[in-house]
Amino acid sequence: MKEIVVISGKGGTGKTSLTASFAFLGGKDVIVADCDVDAADMHLLLQPDFANSEDFYSGELAQITQEKCNVCGKCAEVCRFDAIPLIRGRYVINPLSCEGCGYCARVCPTKAITNKKLNVGKWYVSNIKTGTLMVHAKLSIGADNSGKLVARVKSEAKDIAEEEKAEYVIVDGSPGLGCPVVSSLSGASFVVLVTEPSLSGLHDLKRVYELVQKFGLKAGCIINKADINLNLTEEIEDFLRRENILHLGKLPYDEQFTHAMTIGQTVIESDAEEIKKIITDSWNKIKHTIN
Amino acid sequence: MKIVIASGKGGTGKTTLSVNLSSYMAEKEEVILTDLDVEEPNSGLFIKADLLHQEKKYKMIPEWKEDQCTLCGICQEVCNFHAVIQLGKEIMVFPELCHACYACSELCPVDALPMIPRKMGMLSHFQKGNLHFVESRIDIGEEQAVPLIKQSHEYVNDTFPGEKTSIYDAPPGTSCPVIEATRYADFVILVTEPTPFGLHDLKLAVETVRQLKKNFGVVINRQGIGDDKVLKYCENENIKVLAEIRNNRKIAELYSAGKMIYTELPEFRKELDRIIDFLKGLNGGDIR
Repeated sequence: MKEIVVISGKGGTGKTSLTASFAFLGGKDVIVADCDVDAADMHLLLQPDFANSEDFYSGELAQITQEKCNVCGKCAEVCRFDAIPLIRGRYVINPLSCEGCGYCARVCPTKAITNKKLNVGKWYVSNIKTGTLMVHAKLSIGADNSGKLVARVKSEAKDIAEEEKAEYVIVDGSPGLGCPVVSSLSGASFVVLVTEPSLSGLHDLKRVYELVQKFGLKAGCIINKADINLNLTEEIEDFLRRENILHLGKLPYDEQFTHAMTIGQTVIESDAEEIKKIITDSWNKIKHTIN
Repeated sequence: MKIVIASGKGGTGKTTLSVNLSSYMAEKEEVILTDLDVEEPNSGLFIKADLLHQEKKYKMIPEWKEDQCTLCGICQEVCNFHAVIQLGKEIMVFPELCHACYACSELCPVDALPMIPRKMGMLSHFQKGNLHFVESRIDIGEEQAVPLIKQSHEYVNDTFPGEKTSIYDAPPGTSCPVIEATRYADFVILVTEPTPFGLHDLKLAVETVRQLKKNFGVVINRQGIGDDKVLKYCENENIKVLAEIRNNRKIAELYSAGKMIYTELPEFRKELDRIIDFLKGLNGGDIR
């Protein structure tokens, strides 16, 4: 079983649309994992049935039992996150600032502080319209630990792939290069970078590729909206050659992606023949490279 | 006034709006633009200004002093992040997991884990005329954006005390970096696009700013590409739509080359005027 991770550095380059298209092309050979747990959108294209759901607990939050508190202020003194303000003569926890380090509870002389396990989201295993399974999740608003939820979604998807004897797990990653992205890269067989020919696209591609290199992973790249700026498309292609990144294909700037999305479809289900061909070729190249 | 430009979904036009709005406003008054998307900072690709100041940014992590350590194990026990682990006769520190809470360091009975600085990124401060631009950039491989965002706020608050017009380009999403970026906001502008992805992520962003009890409005970018569901949602939820930017390939082309939009397209400038008028109205005629 091989794991293909799709990331981009910059947001909005078309990661999710392409990942869903690959899922469609791969059919039963593919288990899908939506690891953009912060703003998960893949379900809008693949229509999961949310058949199984489970709460996800990770991290802790301090809680003060006011009856036990003698207002000594030790907790606020040791807190490095300014999470324990004194309000109307009482110390209270600001849940959005508390990082759950537990230091306050350890120094409280009256044992007024306890740590509560945090429910930071839910994850699901669903049947999707391509006849296969998808693991996806929803992180609670403002929650920390997105990296851990990503790790959980991925490991569930891998287990399912083993059970179902699926050949591939396809992972839709987050934008950026922080903890959820690092978490989605660990254990990958191949990385698909989705970029666009803008100064931002290229800048972000270079940064995220540096991260991919730290993991020593083999990567390929798809240039989306390639005709928006032909000079930059060439510059990106030079970069791919220099870095020995597989050129997977170039897609034109085309609103058919959006039209398909508006009716809850991947572009593969539409009649955009030219685009379908490019994406199919890219998918075949990916399969060929990793096998 | 501190205005944070955010969005749930990436690539909706946060940076485009941030750089154009701040440059346009800076034609008349002093404006501070801060790029808080420290993982992938892009505003600097559009702002050509002189570098005034640069500083390395550090986070504090514990360093093990073998000769002082009695291997009592308290450090490992108090670390909720598994960043300090005792392996045989050795204490190992995993800097990328460390939240710098100081518990291991300060609760160590023999001071064998003093906190030392570790570089996590770079802050740069540029200026061109009325426009100050502050950018923070996290080192690749460093996983936690929050400490750097926090320090960027501190730098801006210390460097520009008093009432200023300050615009912040936030990271995408709804998790901890976004919360930190919007912490001091007087007003949040959520940029979205009229598509199912745009709407879905806008709802998450709205839920986030409501939870933070922030005043906010929406800018719909690429109006015309998808459907009218974002507009209907805003109407139903009583959310102020500050501007609607028509979908225009020319904008994508200018953006791709790192160029300003408002100087080229009068209709885009008109939408910025709508936003500026609204913000002025909020603040008694002055955005400072």
